[in-house]
Amino acid sequence: MSDIKIIDQKATFENIKEDLLRPIKTKNWKYTLWIISLVIFVAISLWCYGLQLKDGLVVTGMRDYVSWGIYISTFVFFVAVALVGMLISAVVGLLGQKWITPISRIAEMIALAFVMMAGLIIIVDMGRPDRLLNVFIYFRYQSPIFWDVTVVTTYVFISALLLFLPMLPDLGIMRNHLKGDVPKWKWNLYNVLSLGWIGTPQQYKILHKTTRVLLILVVPVALAIHTVTSWLSAMTLRPGWDSTIFGPYYVTGAFVAGSGAVLIAMYFIRRGFHLEEYITEVQFDKMGKLMVLVSLVYLYFNINEFIVPAYKMKTIEAVYLKTLFAGSYVYTFWFTQIFGLLLPIILGFFKKMRKPFPLMLIGVSLVVGAWFKRLIIIVPALIHSYLPQQNYPANFHGYEPTGIELTITLGTIALAVLIVSILVKLFPVMSIWEIAHEKGVDVEKDL
Amino acid sequence: MDQTNESVKPSRRAFLKKFGMTLGAVGVVGALGVLNSCSTKEAGKKFRFINAKGEWEEVDVSNMKLHLTELQKRGREGIHNKKFVKVIDLSKCKNAQICMSACQKAHHLRPEQPIMNVLRMENSNGTGFYFMPKPCQHCDNPPCTKVCPVDATFKREDGIVLIDNERCIGCRFCIAACPYSARVFNWSDVDPRYAEEEKDLIYNIELNVPQKKGTISKCIFSADRVRIGKLPYCVSACPNGVYWFGDFNEDVVTNGTSKESTRLSTLLEEKGAYTLIPELGTKPRVYYLPPVDRLSKYDYNGINYLGEKEADQSEE
Repeated sequence: MSDIKIIDQKATFENIKEDLLRPIKTKNWKYTLWIISLVIFVAISLWCYGLQLKDGLVVTGMRDYVSWGIYISTFVFFVAVALVGMLISAVVGLLGQKWITPISRIAEMIALAFVMMAGLIIIVDMGRPDRLLNVFIYFRYQSPIFWDVTVVTTYVFISALLLFLPMLPDLGIMRNHLKGDVPKWKWNLYNVLSLGWIGTPQQYKILHKTTRVLLILVVPVALAIHTVTSWLSAMTLRPGWDSTIFGPYYVTGAFVAGSGAVLIAMYFIRRGFHLEEYITEVQFDKMGKLMVLVSLVYLYFNINEFIVPAYKMKTIEAVYLKTLFAGSYVYTFWFTQIFGLLLPIILGFFKKMRKPFPLMLIGVSLVVGAWFKRLIIIVPALIHSYLPQQNYPANFHGYEPTGIELTITLGTIALAVLIVSILVKLFPVMSIWEIAHEKGVDVEKDL
Repeated sequence: MDQTNESVKPSRRAFLKKFGMTLGAVGVVGALGVLNSCSTKEAGKKFRFINAKGEWEEVDVSNMKLHLTELQKRGREGIHNKKFVKVIDLSKCKNAQICMSACQKAHHLRPEQPIMNVLRMENSNGTGFYFMPKPCQHCDNPPCTKVCPVDATFKREDGIVLIDNERCIGCRFCIAACPYSARVFNWSDVDPRYAEEEKDLIYNIELNVPQKKGTISKCIFSADRVRIGKLPYCVSACPNGVYWFGDFNEDVVTNGTSKESTRLSTLLEEKGAYTLIPELGTKPRVYYLPPVDRLSKYDYNGINYLGEKEADQSEE
């Protein structure tokens, strides 16, 4: 906390504004290179998707037994990471925690980008994407897919609003101060998006009220999207999915994945945009503690999810569990449990590890572990069936994702990262007016 | 005055009636025109399809959409007052797999799409094996139709679970939901063997032909055959008398090989019939008769049902 106080004394609105608007005004070759490489990757995966459209899903490794592969597990991963917007801004924010102010917008940008990609990869997984509208024309409200479409769409809208509305004062500031500093189209964009914000007390009052309503609304919606996502599996009779704790199991796992993503984003935004004075070690320390907390809760659900059936070893469950514990998925399973859960918890207990760089590495470990964990949840449960698998060609048993499938999947992840990268460079990564407000600087006076 | 009024009234009513009918007819014609304009094929061309009697029929392009919707409507309604049921006598099955090939031929499927599959079953270690033909179980509490987001797969009133591959979006949720692994997916385009035959063929939901890339396929109890009072393809193809097929309401089933009919309830009772994985609560419409007194001991690559080679058997 001592760090913050020192900065507080010299903080003026001009300083804060300059620091936070600098990334928007300046050009950076590293950033350009990053964007170009992401765009190239997305383009390659788009070409691969073209191949899939032409030849059908036969280009993937999925077959009649494992009919959901890395597309669906990446979908679950996207939804999981997207939940972090709700965790940071709504849950921690509504509890009155002030340290989240510099990182809440980053969390919301991640949430918006990832939940949009969740919607996209579902279309990628469809055998007939040309019939997407059937979902709305012939919808059956009894199907978990209909629930999922409903809540994901709702979450996209609320996330977008939650990102956009609190940004209005910042857009007003940018409109007033960036003319001439940025290309004309950019200024026009800020001008239009600021919706004529002039910062009257009346406007602030409405903004505070609206944001608060949205923050409360987003909690049940975010819980719903991941609970319903878990029900896509849990509503079936399949061993491994047929579990009553799948909803909370998914939600707590989502917080772990999201914390990891935020830690990575915090680290690179802090370094890349030189925001060391804003995203301080305090934020990292607190995020590290939050990460340990949510990981411990997730560990508790993991223990329940695996040890309870493993103690009983019901025939059909046993086949599935043996695949994970000692069978064909043994390495993936223990990798996700150790690197995606146990190690981050243990490391997070030490204050030395709750520094920016170690936490970034832990974040990477968490996110990679989280992706493989979704694979572990989706695929092994499909490999085994109640009845013997006979009279099928060899490649129908088991699952091995193809190059095309991997490229498309990585392409959607690259697109999510690309959207986040563009958002953080196009808009201030943290709320200028909220930071100013917190440091006791009057915004209105300077406008 | 009164008289004239009365004479006018009915005629006005008749006029309105006619006017309404004309409007309706115009609407229908207009709608057809719109539908036809959606089709990319040029006018005057003939289309072929398999009709209800199982024969080839040709129609003009202008009626094409009408026929498709008619087939869809009929296929979704099903056959009134029927409850189709299948009984599979496991003691008779010798793994001839003729049911499988007949089914695949009728439904234009690839060899790797065994929607009728003969499985080599072993209930526990050392209990010997038997062959179990496994079609869709046409459950009365189907887990697959429950999860379909677009009502592409549905259960008809006659008990058959169908798939509409003109509507299916290919999400494959039903595959994940089915505990009997009864569903297959069209991962790639139509099997080239049937490409010529399927050219300009109108989709018949009760035959599920032509198959379409990116949609689900499944056993549909040969709904096109049962509509015309015939036995399903697999049932009539079996040389070993494994299959009985019939109507639960009538309480009669017919054997596909011997063509003899018997009382369903008696058959199920006397032979101690069972259903597959009943503990899941799916309530299958396919019954199995236990694999007792299996006909042949040497029917699986020279290995008998105790898992021993023929040579070993002779040594004993």
